[in-house]
Amino acid sequence: MSLVRTFILLFGLIAGFSVNIAIAQTDPESLRPLVNELAKGKYAETEKQIGALVATGDPAVAPALEALGAGVLFYRKSDGSVFITEKAGKTYKLTDPLTLEAKGEAGKREVKKIKVNNKLRRVIRAALGSLTLMAPDPEVRKTAAEAVFKARDPDSIEALDIALASETDESVQLIMEQARAAAVLNSDMDEAQKINAIETLSEMGNRDALSLLINVQSSSEGVVRDAATIAVEKIEKSIAAWDSAQNIWYGLSLGSVLLLAAIGLAITFGVMGVINMAHGEMVMIGAYTTFVVQELIRTSAPGLFEYSLFIALPLAFLASGLVGIAIERGVIRWLYGRPLETLLATWGISLILQQAVRSIFGPTNREVGNPDWMSGAFELGQMTITYNRMWIIVFAMLVFAGLMLVLKKTSFGLNTRAVTQNRRMAASMGIRTPWVDALTFGLGSGIAGIAGVALSQIDNVSPNLGQGYIIDSFMVVVFGGVGNLWGTLVGAMTLGVVNKFLEPYAGAVLGKIFVLVFIILFIQKRPRGLFALKGRAVEA
Amino acid sequence: MARSTSLLYLDGVSVSFDGFKALNELSLTIAPGEMRAIIGPNGAGKTTMMDVITGKTQPDSGEIYFNGAVDLTGEDEASIAELGIGRKFQKPTVFESHTIWDNLELALKAPRGPFSTLFHVITGAEKKRIEVLLDLIRLGGKRNELAANLSHGQKQWLEIGMLLAQDPKLLLVDEPAAGMTDAETAETAELLKDIAKDHSVVVVEHDMVFVRSLGVKVTVLHEGSVLAEGSLDHVSADERVVEVYLGR
Amino acid sequence: MMSSFLFRAMDARAGIFMAILGAAIVLVPAGNLLVPETSPFHVPTYAVTLMGKYLTYALLALAVDLVWGYCGILSLGHAAFFALGGYAMGMYLMRQIGTRGVYGDPILPDFMVFLNWQELPWYWYGFDMFWFAALMVVLVPGLLAFIFGWFAFRSRVTGVYLSIITQALTYALLLAFFRNDMGFGGNNGLTDFKDLLGFDIQADTTRAGLFAASGLALVVCFLICRALTRSKLGKVLVAVRDAESRTRFLGYRVEHYKLFVWTLSAMMAGIAGALYVPQVGIINPGEFAPANSIEVVIWVAIGGRGTLVGAVIGAVLVNFAKTWFTAALPEIWLFALGGLFVFVTLFLPKGIVGTFSQGWTALRQRKISAAYEAGSDEPPTAPPHSPGAPANVTIPKPSAPVSGAAEPQPAE
Repeated sequence: MSLVRTFILLFGLIAGFSVNIAIAQTDPESLRPLVNELAKGKYAETEKQIGALVATGDPAVAPALEALGAGVLFYRKSDGSVFITEKAGKTYKLTDPLTLEAKGEAGKREVKKIKVNNKLRRVIRAALGSLTLMAPDPEVRKTAAEAVFKARDPDSIEALDIALASETDESVQLIMEQARAAAVLNSDMDEAQKINAIETLSEMGNRDALSLLINVQSSSEGVVRDAATIAVEKIEKSIAAWDSAQNIWYGLSLGSVLLLAAIGLAITFGVMGVINMAHGEMVMIGAYTTFVVQELIRTSAPGLFEYSLFIALPLAFLASGLVGIAIERGVIRWLYGRPLETLLATWGISLILQQAVRSIFGPTNREVGNPDWMSGAFELGQMTITYNRMWIIVFAMLVFAGLMLVLKKTSFGLNTRAVTQNRRMAASMGIRTPWVDALTFGLGSGIAGIAGVALSQIDNVSPNLGQGYIIDSFMVVVFGGVGNLWGTLVGAMTLGVVNKFLEPYAGAVLGKIFVLVFIILFIQKRPRGLFALKGRAVEA
Repeated sequence: MARSTSLLYLDGVSVSFDGFKALNELSLTIAPGEMRAIIGPNGAGKTTMMDVITGKTQPDSGEIYFNGAVDLTGEDEASIAELGIGRKFQKPTVFESHTIWDNLELALKAPRGPFSTLFHVITGAEKKRIEVLLDLIRLGGKRNELAANLSHGQKQWLEIGMLLAQDPKLLLVDEPAAGMTDAETAETAELLKDIAKDHSVVVVEHDMVFVRSLGVKVTVLHEGSVLAEGSLDHVSADERVVEVYLGR
Repeated sequence: MMSSFLFRAMDARAGIFMAILGAAIVLVPAGNLLVPETSPFHVPTYAVTLMGKYLTYALLALAVDLVWGYCGILSLGHAAFFALGGYAMGMYLMRQIGTRGVYGDPILPDFMVFLNWQELPWYWYGFDMFWFAALMVVLVPGLLAFIFGWFAFRSRVTGVYLSIITQALTYALLLAFFRNDMGFGGNNGLTDFKDLLGFDIQADTTRAGLFAASGLALVVCFLICRALTRSKLGKVLVAVRDAESRTRFLGYRVEHYKLFVWTLSAMMAGIAGALYVPQVGIINPGEFAPANSIEVVIWVAIGGRGTLVGAVIGAVLVNFAKTWFTAALPEIWLFALGGLFVFVTLFLPKGIVGTFSQGWTALRQRKISAAYEAGSDEPPTAPPHSPGAPANVTIPKPSAPVSGAAEPQPAE
C-alpha cells in the first residue's frame, strides 16, 4: 500500500513540476482558492472539496492531497491559507502546496492541522490515483497505470475506471485495463469479473502476467483457478516461443559479429590461401581508428560525434587495408605456396602490431563512445532488441552484400577470381597478378578494419581485441568451407545460433567448448567444410 | 573375358563430381601378363580411372575386382598397393628430400607397418635388389644424390624404378614419356616392354609414337567410357575415334 | 635388433651434442652444490632453476620438431600436452601438501575446501602415489593425442586445417581448465607445492636434482628421436611430409605413422610439462594459451626444423633472449619476438642448424662426387645427409621475384 503511494506521489510530483511551468504561463493561482477551501468545514465537506480538486484534473493539486492524506497539511489561522508542513523542533517549516516553494516557518499556535479520517484517506488515495491516471501527459498516465499493475491495489479500481472512461490513447488504455485486471484479481470481486481479468492478462502474455497468474492459480479455487491454469499454459507456450526467438536473435547477433570478423579472413584465407594470423590485428587497427576519430571529433568538432562511425568507416578501411598491403608486399608474397610458413610470419607480425598499439595507446582499454542511434533498445513482442546489435546485424549483411558485389560484378573481382583459379593463365592474359594479390589482401584486411569499427561498439578496444576473434574467425571459415563466401555466412550464423542455444543449458564457457569440440569433430567428417568444392582439381 | 580369369576387372564403373560424369559405365578387363595402352583426349577419364583403381576415388557405382576375386571398392590406397597394384603419377612424384637409394629402399617390398619399419635393418638381399634396380634405371652413379636434384626424365625413371621395387602384379603408368626427349621416350618404351615380360602393365599415354612403339592392344576412352578397343591400327581406322581426336 | 636401433642414433653431431648436455648435467648441479658461494664458478640456485626450465622447453621443442620437422604436422596445440603433463604432476604435488595447506585438510587441496567440496573427485584418486602420477604424465597427453590423431589422421585432415584444429583443441582446454568446477583449481591453477618424493621442493639439492632430471630426460628423448628419425620409419615420415599421397600409393598406411609419432611426441611434451611444474612451482590454465604453442614452433623454426639439435638450440636461445629482454627492455620483447618470426621464415627457412649443415653437406658431397668421377672404383659411401632438412631445391630465395614455384595455394 505504501509502495503505491510512494509511486503515485513520486509521479504526481514530477507531473506537478512540469505542469507548474505550464500554469505559470497561463493562470498560476487559479487552483489556490480550491486548495484553501480544504481548511474549511467538516469531513463531509472536505470530501466534496477533494472531489472539486480532482475535477480540475490538474496534477498540481497532487502534493496537497498527498499531504492531506499523510496528515501534514495545515492551514494558517491568520489568513486561512494552506501549507504542507514539516515539523522542525518547536516550529513548522511551511511549503506552498502548489508551487512547492518554502514559505518560511510558523509557530505551533499559528497553524492548525486539517483533520482526516479513514474514509477520507481512502477517498484521497483514489483521488490521487485518478489524478495521475488522468494527467495530461500520456507518459505520466502510463507510468501511473504500470505502478498500479505492480501494486495490484484493489482500491485503485475505481480510479482506473474513471480514468479509462476518458482515456483516448490506446496504448495507455491497454495498460490501464491490464492494471485494472491485476487489481481485480487481488480484490474480492465476483468470479465473472475475475475470469474477465484473467483473459485480459492472458492476452498480455508476458512474464509479469505469468507470475501474477501463477499467483492466482495457487491462491484461488474453482472456475477462476481453471481459467488461470489455462491462461498460464498459454502464456508459458508463447513465452517459450519468444525465448527461442530471442535466442535466435542473440545467435544472429553473435553470428554477425563472427561474420564481420571472419569475412575478411574468408578472402585472404579462402580465396588466396594465405593464413593471416595478423587478421585479428587488422580488426584491432579498425577499432583504434574509430577511437582516434572520436578523439579528434571530441577536441575539435563535438557536433560531429553522431557521425563519427561514418567518418571512421572509410578511414578504418584505408588504415587496415594499407597495413594489409604492406604486409603482403613486405612478407607474404615471398611465402606463397608455403602456408605454414605464412602462418608463422603473420603471427610474428601480429605480435609486432599488438606491441605497437600497446606502446602508442597504452595497454588499457580505450573508451569508444556509442552515438545515440547506437544506444538504447526497443521491445518487439517479448523480445528486447538493442540498437547496437541490430545495426551490427544490418551492417554485417551490408558488408557481405557489398563484398559479393565487388567480387562478382567488378573487373577487380573478376581478376581476383581468375588469379585464384589459374594464376599462370591469368598472368599470361595480361592480369598483373602481383597487383591483384596485393589488392585482394588489402581488401580482406580493409574489411577486417571496418569490422573493427563495428566491434568497437560492443567490445573493449584494447591491444588484445584481435586475439579474441582470430580463433573464432578461423573456425567460421573452416566450418563454412574455404573459398566460399556463402559458406562463411552460413557458418557464422550457424555457429552464432548454436552457441546461443547451448548457453542456457551449458553456460557460456562450456557452450563455447562444445562448439569447438563440435567443429573439431565436424572437420573430421568433412575436412573441407560445409560447402566444399568437390572434384579432382581440388585434391591436388 | 570372365571375371575369374582376369587380373583387373572393371564393370559399369561410374564417378561424378558435382554432376560432371568423369567415368560413365566404364568396363575394362586386363588379363594376367597383359600390357595395355589407354589413350583418349583430355577429360576422357584416364586419370580418374587410375584414381578409382588405386582407391584414391571411390566409384559411385560399378564393380572393380583384382585377381578375379578381390573387391577393390572400399579399400584405401595403402591396402590396394599392398595387394600388388603400383602406380606412377602423371607428374613424377618422388621423395625429394631423400637420396635415390632411400627412395628405392622405401619402395622395396617389405612389411609396411610403423613398428616393422622402426626396427628394420636392411638385408643383403634388399641391397642387391636395389643395386639391380639402380642399374636398370641408370641412376647407379647418383645413388647418394637427393632426388630433388634429378632432371625431369630421371625422376620419371626413378619413379618407374620405385614401382618395380614394390614388385607389383599390375603397374599403372600414367604418361611415362611426358616431358622426355625422343631418345628418352624410346628408351622408356623399351624399359616398359622389358617390364611387361613378367608384369601386367597399363599405360596411359598421349604420345602416339610411343604407343605405337609399345605395339600392344589399345583402349580408347572418351567421356568416361570405352569408345574402341583393339590394335592401334584398328582403332585408328575407327571413324568415331578419328572424330573424337580430330573434331567433327 | 634393439642395439642396432639405438646404435643408429649416434654420429659425430649427436656425440658433440650429448657431450655438451652431459657436461651440463654434471657441472651445473656441481657448481651449485659443491662450489662455495664466494667462488666465481658458483652457480646460483635461481640460475639452476632457470636453466632447468629451459631444458624442459627444449624437450617440448624436440617433441614439436619430431612431428613438424619430420612428418610435416604443424601442431599449434603442443602446449596442451605440455600443460596436461604439468597438471598431472601438479596434482601429485598438491596431494603431497597434506595437512600443511591453509585449511589443513588432509585430503582435499585448499581450493576444493574453499569451494566447499566435500570429497575428492574420482579423477584425483591415485595421484597421491608418485608412480601413478608419473604414469599419467605420459598416459593422459598420449591418450588425448591418440584419440585426436585417430580421428584427424584417419579422415586425412592435413596442413593448415590440422594446425587450426590443434589450436582449437588447446583453446577448448584453456577454457575448460579456467572453470572452477573442473576441479583443477580454475583460474589460479595448482600451486603452493611443498615437496616431491619427500624432498623439499625449495631446497637447493632438489632444484639441482630437477635440473639433472630434466637434462637426463632430454638426453633420453633426444636419443629416441634420433634413432627413430634415422630408422626406416624416419625415412617414411619424411616421405609422408614431402609427398603424402605417393607414400600411400607405395602401400604405407600414412595415418598409422602419423598417429605413432604424434602420440609419442605428445608423451614427450607431457614429460616436459611434468618436469617444468615443480621447477616453476605453479601450473595454471595460462599454459594452454594458443600463443604458447605457436611460440614453441618458432623455437623450432629458429633452431632448424627437422634437425632435433636445432629444436633444442632454438628453445634455449629464444628463452634466454626472452629472460634477458623482459628484464632489460620489456617493451621491446614482443617486437623482437615478432621480428624473429618474420626474419626466420623469410631469410632463414632452415634455421640455424639447417643452414649450417646444408653448407657442410654440400661441401662433403662435392668432394665425394669429385673423387668418384676421378676414377675411384669404389662407389661413394653414404655421406651424412640429413633427411630431416628439406631438399635444397625447395628453398626459394627470399629475394627472388614471385615465380611459378611460389604460387599461392589454390582455393581448396
